[in-house]
Amino acid sequence: MTHAVELPLWAAIVVACLLLLGAFLTLVGSIGLLRLRDFYARVHAPTLATTLGIGCVLLASMLFFTVLQTRPVLHEVLITAFMVLTTPVTLMLLTRASLYRDRREGSPDVPPIPARPLPKDGAER
Amino acid sequence: MSETRSAAAGTPALLVLNLLLMLGWCGAFGTFNVWALSTGFVAGYCALWLTRHLWGEQRGAYFRRTFAGFSFALFYARALVVSAWEVAKQVLSPTITARPGVIAVPLTAKRDVEIATLANLVTLTPGTMSIDVSNDRSTLYVHVMLLDDPEAVEADIRENFEARLLEVLR
Repeated sequence: MTHAVELPLWAAIVVACLLLLGAFLTLVGSIGLLRLRDFYARVHAPTLATTLGIGCVLLASMLFFTVLQTRPVLHEVLITAFMVLTTPVTLMLLTRASLYRDRREGSPDVPPIPARPLPKDGAER
Repeated sequence: MSETRSAAAGTPALLVLNLLLMLGWCGAFGTFNVWALSTGFVAGYCALWLTRHLWGEQRGAYFRRTFAGFSFALFYARALVVSAWEVAKQVLSPTITARPGVIAVPLTAKRDVEIATLANLVTLTPGTMSIDVSNDRSTLYVHVMLLDDPEAVEADIRENFEARLLEVLR
């Protein structure tokens, strides 16, 4: 990263702020994973890191390489696309696996599924 | 009927054309930074709009949907920031008062693409997560972390997320 010295001051400040904000949001997501009570609430916290947290880091990276003109910013676009595609799928699979297991074991942690509006087949899958 | 189908089929083709024009623009200038990519996209969009009678899209479906797409992106970015703030406040507060729960959201979306995109976007927002779609595909079950007002959350997903998303996808 020897060429980082060539970064103008304003860009350096913005990049640093975005990186710190992204790191902070990721930290908050991890703290949430630790502090929240049950599995279903916990799954919400990491989305902070995978949306705005990584978003700030990617914005910083895009700005850095756009100002320096050292390489195209297509990497960041690809990372965004993969994050947006994979995060929700992973979370939904995790939740559904846990829901299935909790129901099989009759665990009291299962959140009540509302009946309204009435689904024809019931909530059981 | 055939008219609507040709309009729906023309949209992805025009999007690809628009993206190719964008890449061509960047190649002509020899830079692939954010600025070149965005000006290239806008220039391609304008070029397609000027020649719109060539593409057989009488009602300008592509142009309307692209515009709707950008306004949805702005709306979604704002929704992300707002919900991230709410979740972060809960996580960092000394006592967690959040009452999580599940709500049922009746779906207007019919096609697989629409339902899958809506479910993914709802999950991607901090604080809400789609758990399941009923077998008749009329209801989306959403787990909400801060469920103080179930009706407001449901209305938000239905009237904001779903309605705006359908404008882009239909």
